[in-house]
Amino acid sequence: MTITTEPQRATQPAKPPATRRRRSGVADRGANRLFRYLTTGSGVLILIALAAVAGFLLWQAWPAFTTGSDELATKVSFLQGEGSLLAYLGPLVFGTVLAAVLALAIATPLAIGIALFTSHYAPRRLAQVLGYVVDLLAAIPSVVYGLWGALVLAPLVQPIWGWVSDVLGWIPLFAGPAADPARVLLTVAVILAVMILPIITAVTREVFLQTPKLHEEAALALGATRWEMIRTAVLPFGRSGIVSAAMLGLGRALGETMAVVMILSPGLTYSFALLLAGKQQTIAANIALKYPEANELGMSTLMATGLALFVITMVVNMLSRWIVARRKDFSGAN
Amino acid sequence: MAATTAGPSSGGARPAGHDTVRALLRTVDTKRRRRDRTMTVLMYVAFGVAVLPLVSLLWTVVSRGIGRFDVAFLTHSMRGVFGGMDAGGVYHAILGTVIVTLGAAIISVPIGVLAAIYLVEYGPGHRLARAVTFFVDVMTGIPSIVAGLFAYALFVLFFGPGVHFGLMGSVALSVLMVPVVVRSTEEMLKLVPNELREAAYALGVPKWLTIVKVVLRTAVAGITTGIMLAVSRVVGETAPLLLTVGVADSINGNPFEGRMMTLPVYVYRQFSSGLVPCNNPNVACIPTINYDRAWSAALTLILIVMLLNLVARLVSRIFAPKLRG
Amino acid sequence: MDRHVKLSRITRAGSAVAIGALALTLAACGSDDNSNGAAENTSSAAAGGGDLSGELNGAGSSAQGSAMDAWRSGFQSANNGVTVNYDPIGSGDGVKNFISGAVQYAGSDAYLSDDDIASAKTTCQGGDVVELPVYISPIAIVFNLKGIDSLNLDAATVAGIFNGKITKWNDPAIAKLNDGVSLPSTAITPVHRSDDSGTTQNFTEWIKANAADAWPYDPSKTFPVKGGQSAEKTSGIIQTVTAGQGTISYADASQVGTLGSAKIKVGDSFVAHSPEGAAAAVSKSKMVEGRAASDIAIDIDRTLTDASTYPLVLVSYDIACTTYTDANTAKLVKGLFSYIISSEGQQAAASAAGSAPISQDLFTKAEAAVNAIKTS
Repeated sequence: MTITTEPQRATQPAKPPATRRRRSGVADRGANRLFRYLTTGSGVLILIALAAVAGFLLWQAWPAFTTGSDELATKVSFLQGEGSLLAYLGPLVFGTVLAAVLALAIATPLAIGIALFTSHYAPRRLAQVLGYVVDLLAAIPSVVYGLWGALVLAPLVQPIWGWVSDVLGWIPLFAGPAADPARVLLTVAVILAVMILPIITAVTREVFLQTPKLHEEAALALGATRWEMIRTAVLPFGRSGIVSAAMLGLGRALGETMAVVMILSPGLTYSFALLLAGKQQTIAANIALKYPEANELGMSTLMATGLALFVITMVVNMLSRWIVARRKDFSGAN
Repeated sequence: MAATTAGPSSGGARPAGHDTVRALLRTVDTKRRRRDRTMTVLMYVAFGVAVLPLVSLLWTVVSRGIGRFDVAFLTHSMRGVFGGMDAGGVYHAILGTVIVTLGAAIISVPIGVLAAIYLVEYGPGHRLARAVTFFVDVMTGIPSIVAGLFAYALFVLFFGPGVHFGLMGSVALSVLMVPVVVRSTEEMLKLVPNELREAAYALGVPKWLTIVKVVLRTAVAGITTGIMLAVSRVVGETAPLLLTVGVADSINGNPFEGRMMTLPVYVYRQFSSGLVPCNNPNVACIPTINYDRAWSAALTLILIVMLLNLVARLVSRIFAPKLRG
Repeated sequence: MDRHVKLSRITRAGSAVAIGALALTLAACGSDDNSNGAAENTSSAAAGGGDLSGELNGAGSSAQGSAMDAWRSGFQSANNGVTVNYDPIGSGDGVKNFISGAVQYAGSDAYLSDDDIASAKTTCQGGDVVELPVYISPIAIVFNLKGIDSLNLDAATVAGIFNGKITKWNDPAIAKLNDGVSLPSTAITPVHRSDDSGTTQNFTEWIKANAADAWPYDPSKTFPVKGGQSAEKTSGIIQTVTAGQGTISYADASQVGTLGSAKIKVGDSFVAHSPEGAAAAVSKSKMVEGRAASDIAIDIDRTLTDASTYPLVLVSYDIACTTYTDANTAKLVKGLFSYIISSEGQQAAASAAGSAPISQDLFTKAEAAVNAIKTS
């Protein structure tokens, strides 16, 4: 999947000579026209599909928006005691974003480390193998990560979380006592970080490899150590690439369902306590947990939360595209 | 690989003056050197920290999954299996996964490839093409569960609530698959040199035939690779299938009717069935049977994904056109 | 160029062949037959005699899912031509599908409301609803506390624990009920169901009925107290309780395994969970009045004082019509339900899901109800 996000190739489209377009205008009939309609139609179909995703979610969620808070609360079992739809949605959005941001905070530095390791430190042969392994790991299904997280990782980290809450308990993030078993947000964040690590690594590595050799060698010639060369030549060049890779990872983490379902003890509060159980929940996991027993209005409520997730990921994606586009403008020389 | 060969310490005989300068630089700047060392160590540590969980994951899946991973497991369904019975397998889930994923590929490959052709061959300069490119990028980030909700909502419209069958899953997966197919096909089409197209035009070949016979033919290996990578990405999706295709314990080969089991859902289902209490001492009963099946199914799933990846890479390596050669 | 074209043809042909071969292998060697000696032991008159055939679809409660697996398996192996499907999609959806006619029978953790019965009458061609309490399961209060297998708890204490008011195992409220047990000062971690479930509904009903002062919440399928440890499904609960120290939760008694479980206060004595106690609690409770003879709906009396009863119990119903237009469907439903209520069926469920077999009295009523199933 590295190709899809590789900015360099995207900057060299097949140049459309003006003559060709005029030509195709002349000969645009019969099979030619049909084929053009077919391909254009497919493009339009994608736009329609995306609109349909948003449209259908909105349409299915509509009853939840229009039904009064009181009626909604009596008819939807999981809304009891939550008040309105917004009061229900708020903590979910909070939990979703918190988990994803945490995962990102753990994964990004590591990913940059591995990317630098494979691009500038490891011997060439090893680097190739590593790159290949990272690509393969990106394809491991999330349910397998969930299985591993719930049955292997959670028991393993519990004593560590206990120690963290004893030592750093004065920081609200790590307020104790750490939950036992460790079905808490920090465990989820670690799993999500492991899951998005390969994606971020793959993208940043591509960017680092594209650093102009001249910049690197110039830095070295000036007497820079290897680290100084990386800091002065590689990182500035790759900065926007790192940001967009991180955004890509953020998008993945936001929408991840199964690993969260299998690990987290959910709760609906605006709490930053990462080591306490039952404090946060993510939108995706909440949908997967609640839909089997949801009635019609309950399903509408879940659709509304799904719509919120859709909007959040859209915004994140647009932001990352925007950053990539800006980079293109600035680094035209490359 | 400049970094490995052009470090400051490399180089053979040099004038003595240089050496003293170098020595001076080195002794004064222990701080810089120390920082360089620290960062190198950090890189290695980062690498180690990251590789550890991944190795542990693979090791756990293989070591715990290999026990039940045999012919009987691969060729039996879960029909009539309950409690701690030492029976049951994953056949129906493999079949379901193949059917649902194949359905998704049948829907999304034509749309994706045609849309990519539009973007590369007809689109440049058009506002519509820019919109399609942008929204394809946006679509790449749709959470899988949202795709599942969409398919559910779509089919509820026609079939009423509580509907579950294979095709719904295919639709949900194609929402996730189309953008990946478009992006990879687009990249491959862009790699086809313009000279080929112009040569075809010069011979009087109509544009559509040029695209089909020349451009697509040249890029077909790359496109195949992209499609297989896209398939390997959606084959492990769980949440959308849970919402749309549902669960089943018998073999169902009909994507238009009835629930189907799929591999990822099977893994999840076995995991959430948990330990068997084994209350009756007269019946043969394995307490951890559900977890065992989950690990074995996870192993099966990983093997399928890896196989798809390997084949995709082989295809691209062996059949890739040597454009400059 | 020519070379590439040739190669790509090979690629295409190759992949087509590969996919074809894959499809063939898959189609050739799968089997639904898992009867390698394990499921062969059920075939008798109770299961319908083996002359039935056709397909029957049901949906509903996931609580009775594993019992239903055993029933379907037993019924199908006695009647080779029969396929019975059951989708554990939840009680609400099961009833909804039953009323809409999408499935021929439903499983539900709560008896039908009067509105549902009115709508079901249309589905049932004007006939009555058959509603049988076939799955009776005591809910155990389970905990994981080193060295302690059994504790006495009353509803008020349980309320306090799940409410977050009682936080240590050596709290005076617990110590008072357990003379002579040396309780540790471990923190209590209450675990509740994160998914909506009938188990939570029954558990909260029991607390509310016995300790209304300490429990300000209404009974519901969603656990009402915010925060705290939670897990999905009974299996998740058991896994979570086992994985932690000082954890406590509520779960179907069949799944308790090696965990400790509490005796609850009934009247003046403390009663451990048992299938017999659960069955006794059901048969000592009152039937809902004003219902058809075939509609055996029971209001569980949570405040029973008889020490032979265990009123913390979940009852799951199987629901069908007395009248079907299709003669074969009527026969199938009748056959399946007869098997389910038979002592053989109830034993199968007890062994697979640890439920309590229904009492003789209940069986007589249920048998009459099943015999009322006919063709219109």
